[in-house]
Amino acid sequence: MQPKRVKYDSDVLSTIADNQLIQFINCSILKSNGLKKEHLWVQNGRILDERIVFFEQKRMADVQVDCDGLILSPGFIDVQLNGGFGIDFSTYNSNDDDYKSGLSSVAKQLLTHGVTSFAPTVITSSPEIYHKVLPLLKRSNASSEGAGILGAHLEGPFICRDKKGCHPEQLVITSLGPNPSETIEKVYGSTENIAIVTMAPELDGAQKAIEYLVEKGTVVSVGHSSAKLGPGEEAVMAGAKMITHLFNAMQSYHHRDPGLIGLLTSSKVTSDHLPLYYGIISDGIHTHDSALRIAYHTHPDGLCLVTDAIAALGMADGVHRLGTQTIHVTGLEAKLDGTDTTAGSVASMPYCIRHLMSATGCSIEFALHSATMKPVRND
Amino acid sequence: MYKKLIEFYNAGLVSFKMVKTFNMDEYVDLPRDHPESYHSFMFENFFRHIDIEPSNIHILDGNTSDHEKECSDYESKIQNAGGIDLFIGGIGPDGHIAFNEPGSSLASRTRIKTLNEDTIQANARFFGGDLSKVPTQALTVGVQTVMDAREVMILITGSHKALALHQAIECGISHMCTVSAMQMHKCATFVADEDATLELKVKTVKYFKGLMTHHRKLVEF
Repeated sequence: MQPKRVKYDSDVLSTIADNQLIQFINCSILKSNGLKKEHLWVQNGRILDERIVFFEQKRMADVQVDCDGLILSPGFIDVQLNGGFGIDFSTYNSNDDDYKSGLSSVAKQLLTHGVTSFAPTVITSSPEIYHKVLPLLKRSNASSEGAGILGAHLEGPFICRDKKGCHPEQLVITSLGPNPSETIEKVYGSTENIAIVTMAPELDGAQKAIEYLVEKGTVVSVGHSSAKLGPGEEAVMAGAKMITHLFNAMQSYHHRDPGLIGLLTSSKVTSDHLPLYYGIISDGIHTHDSALRIAYHTHPDGLCLVTDAIAALGMADGVHRLGTQTIHVTGLEAKLDGTDTTAGSVASMPYCIRHLMSATGCSIEFALHSATMKPVRND
Repeated sequence: MYKKLIEFYNAGLVSFKMVKTFNMDEYVDLPRDHPESYHSFMFENFFRHIDIEPSNIHILDGNTSDHEKECSDYESKIQNAGGIDLFIGGIGPDGHIAFNEPGSSLASRTRIKTLNEDTIQANARFFGGDLSKVPTQALTVGVQTVMDAREVMILITGSHKALALHQAIECGISHMCTVSAMQMHKCATFVADEDATLELKVKTVKYFKGLMTHHRKLVEF
């Protein structure tokens, strides 16, 4: 039977029945080894191996989707997203249901940016907030209802006071005490739904804390820190796999004291730890294009695109909330009320991808991999 | 050849909707999705690019537990499909057609064959040069299976095939050069490039080249 041929924007795609075999044609598929002009077969929400379809199922497609020569990419993964579309993940106003519905609405609208998985990020907050919010950030699969949740990204409170960025100073905790694992459990409550923790590695007890979290399967990312290279290296050897928004909220690079940025070329980061991933906000504001290029040329394998977007993502200019802070948004810039400190971005993932390409001259495959394949490997 | 066929398909000049295919061989004990299996080769280089019906293609399965049954079933499938209209193949440097190695019976049908050293050496380049990884057996259509086709077309290119071509068409029929059996076929065509004719008699090459003027007249409109 001849397959029914439709265009990629056809309504037919939202009414696919069970067991219908869909074939995406006339597209460039992003694979781990680049863009390939191949067909993609999907059935019951799963991608099938073409050969199995051909040699075993021995059937033609029920629906052929003509992609008009466009790129077919896996959904984008954003591991640092503070909120969007008016919702802030660090704000718990009234009750669980309100928070959950805010979360779902962000998840749904993220699909319009091509993001199909994200780690809701909570900035430095009180234990009270963590206890309320963490149980609501359960892992979930992506669906047509919204992007999937990878688990929470807890950016704080164990950070360096001097590098707090726009985090509330009074809630920063600069020491994990004599029993770091206990401190973690006490501050966060349950660690069950935590996907990533950003921590400053120079803090008292941080090394033990990192080991504890790594053992539980949590990804530890170093950031919001004024550490010299040494503590950063120790953190990586203790299992930390990532650097949070490279260049931002850390010591500037100095040729005699490279700080965390020096991890990109550290000899202590051996093949056991490679690649060391680093999130980078390529909106042209958080990182000067020249710095972006330095990172790209020095350690392209670790480059991971994150938006670090805030509640104002997808909304008009004006005043918005981020945790307990007030932010002013103008165009692509978001600043902490009364200061000149950048407070997270309002750039979408597609914007970051495009900007990475224009700033570094990288291929589209590299840019897309940095928003898809690399965040996956990190998890 | 497959590239050209795909070109013609893309240009709308030909469709494979009504075409049935039977591949001539497949390695034994090589996983179907191994990049060097003939299943993979055919899929990558041909099937996925055209509009052939998956149920119309047939390739021997080298991974069954009963090779004999697989082979006799294959012969039955060919018969049930109405027999082969056109058999297209190349030859090995030793003149073998399909995997009918020198010494194969010229009356043979689809069966399992052990590959000879020359063939294994020649194949090593597809298996990273590691001889231990090259399959040593294959299921193949027999010489008679090919002879049963209504038309046969053998494609030979390159000077390394020149000696085989000479033996195939200028010497006698011999089981040491199994493609020579095509001398007994009613409608066999050998398509060769200049280099492949290097070991032929000048007279032979002149004769067949001379036929071209007559052939051209036949296709003029």
